Amino acid sequence: MALRRPWALPPWGVLGLLGLPVLAGLAGVFAPAFGWLPALGAHQPNLDAWRAVLGWGGLPAAMRLSLVTGLLATVISLALTLLIVATWQGTRSFVWLTRALAPLLALPHAAAAFGLAFLIAPSGWIARALSPWATGWDRPPDLLIIGDAYGLALVAGLVVKEVPFLLLMTLAALGQADSLRRQMVARSLGYGRVTGWMKTVLPAVYAQIRLPVYAVLAYSMSVVDVALILGPTRPPTLAVQILDWMTHPDLAMRFQAAAGAVLQLGMVMLALGLWRGAELALGRWGRAWAANGGRGLAADLVLRPAGAAGAALIALTVGLGLAGLLVWSFAGLWRFPDIWPASFSLRVWSGQMAALLPLTRDSTLIALGAAALALILAVSVLEAEARRGPAHPRRAMALIYLPLLVPQIAFLPGLTTFALITGLDGTIWAVMATHLVFVLPYVYLVLADPWRAWDARAGLVAQALGAGPGRVLWAVRLPMLTRALVIAFAVGFATSVAQYLPTLLIGAGRVSTVTTEAVALASGGNRRLIGVWAVVQMALPMAVFALALALPALLFRNLKGMRVS
Amino acid sequence: MSLKLDKLVVTLAGQPLVALNTEIAPGEVLTIMGPSGCGKSTALAALIGALPPAFRMSGCVFLDGRDITALPPHARRLGILFQDDVLFPHLSVAGNLGFGLPKGADNRAGRIEAALAEAGLAGMGMRDPATLSGGQRARVALLRCLLSEPRGLLLDEPFSKLDTELRAQIRAFVFDRARGLPVILVTHDQHDARAAGGRVISVSGEEVAL
Repeated sequence: MALRRPWALPPWGVLGLLGLPVLAGLAGVFAPAFGWLPALGAHQPNLDAWRAVLGWGGLPAAMRLSLVTGLLATVISLALTLLIVATWQGTRSFVWLTRALAPLLALPHAAAAFGLAFLIAPSGWIARALSPWATGWDRPPDLLIIGDAYGLALVAGLVVKEVPFLLLMTLAALGQADSLRRQMVARSLGYGRVTGWMKTVLPAVYAQIRLPVYAVLAYSMSVVDVALILGPTRPPTLAVQILDWMTHPDLAMRFQAAAGAVLQLGMVMLALGLWRGAELALGRWGRAWAANGGRGLAADLVLRPAGAAGAALIALTVGLGLAGLLVWSFAGLWRFPDIWPASFSLRVWSGQMAALLPLTRDSTLIALGAAALALILAVSVLEAEARRGPAHPRRAMALIYLPLLVPQIAFLPGLTTFALITGLDGTIWAVMATHLVFVLPYVYLVLADPWRAWDARAGLVAQALGAGPGRVLWAVRLPMLTRALVIAFAVGFATSVAQYLPTLLIGAGRVSTVTTEAVALASGGNRRLIGVWAVVQMALPMAVFALALALPALLFRNLKGMRVS
Repeated sequence: MSLKLDKLVVTLAGQPLVALNTEIAPGEVLTIMGPSGCGKSTALAALIGALPPAFRMSGCVFLDGRDITALPPHARRLGILFQDDVLFPHLSVAGNLGFGLPKGADNRAGRIEAALAEAGLAGMGMRDPATLSGGQRARVALLRCLLSEPRGLLLDEPFSKLDTELRAQIRAFVFDRARGLPVILVTHDQHDARAAGGRVISVSGEEVAL
């Protein structure tokens, strides 16, 4: 059937929108890495930038940090996620647990990292709770807990955010893996919970969550904002060092930054290759293990409590961390080791109001625009898919994941150069457009499942009543999917608010958001100030999420068929 | 060896769905019959200990005189066969059978090959289960279950996806292999119930006339 609606692009058309900025950004990084950047008067290809990067004394340590923290965070997050699902799927606690962890998806990484930092710092709640009776400390100890040389705090900060993400991706995959029946067969054949799940359900689930896992690995190796808050400083991770070069007042340092970005890209690709190799080896070993008949009953005794403890620890860490941010933002005098401030005050809040209001407004505007555009594009891809038959599913998925697999720090410097040349940098529109690159994949991923699960018979009935495809979309499908649409919008909004690097680089210091402001405060260490900004940064997406949950309930309060169970 | 359901009642939101009070002798096949959605599969889920959280259960289940009501599924030693074979696609045919065979068993490879040969599947151990016919897959699923040495067998409409000709053949194969075990078959098909040759009751325990 021919399409007359101009917006109903073929799926690959919109998906190409995602790939283009990534490829352009990479081109804009590769050229200066080899000395070619006409805008800065560099026409002669050379290896000076590489010499400068390789000459930096901190390079081996920075590279090792990126690789080790990234792999460690990914392995721990994946193991914990699988353990939680394997031990608790099908129980009441599991339903409760997934409800508790789902809102964490809307929580910006930076806010979670600040919360963790406040909790584990030498003057944080953990140290206060144990002092002085257990530790003997009557002043905060001189310990390097945040920013430890091994990057363990950074790993912890990544794990508390990546587990909820992987958990939700795994939940979506469970339905397609025939998981309950497979688990039932394994259990009736005498298998323990965890071993039975690992031997029968995991192979099917892993195939579904492979791309999200790769995204977690690429992200963890190259993250900037969390590393600025929790990571070591001398040297920092490679990604942080690249940003340092990139934002150096001397424009000549940009060549060095570009070479560093290429190096970062190479490292991520290498790590993904290693991961793939490990997958194949483990898969081969796993098939032999599954067929050896071992029931693994003893493993349950250790692994079930471990899974529960891991989930509880994450929920508790995030919960207490966020509470800590809130308390600090209102704290007056707060002596160590008092567990509670001696007084509360609005001083910092009222002092920051003049800066808070415009930045909150800008963050909201950018996020509203990016999320709305992303929603329109996602709907048009899905609708085109529904009308023409799906695009090649695996290729389409790879394109959607492209902006999540290529590290931001590897291609955003290139885009920044283009923005600079064209004079688009520092405008709210350029920032919004860049956010869209990262918002669209999440909006699409959240919307795709309910979109495809929609009962197509409703559309057929409408068509039989004389409605064309346009009316079916507007009058039947979209209204029926209201809940999924607003949730996808809220996820997009949260993703946009959380963006640090795109805002910083494309905004060029002239566009700021609550996130860039909060992260900029990290090195200062003023807890009350950080508390205020981090609270706003976390409250903004949470508020939109709460609205997204309340709106359909309100709209459809008299329609039983639209109610959420 | 016998399977005894002692005043077994399953309720959903206060409404009784299943009420069974009976004993199945070794070698006997009890058929639970009823239309789809009447709670037949729920009854089996209750027996193997995998009742979804929304359901409530009272009464006891005894297997060989041992109260298994409070045991987790893996400790009950009740085998189950579903409508689909639920063969694991990531394992070969022999891998699926190895999954069923207990770990300590000696001569694992030999026992797997012997089981295949007896079922007319000799030499198919390394095959991908997806390449087998429906009847072959059904046989592998039963072998996998029997290799785990269950003390009772539950059949959840295991023949309903097979075509008529194959159906009689697989039915005979299953009932033949299950000899000596107490068996519960749930089905909505009168032919299955008749072929089982035992008592036929509804989920609420009443005798059903065929």
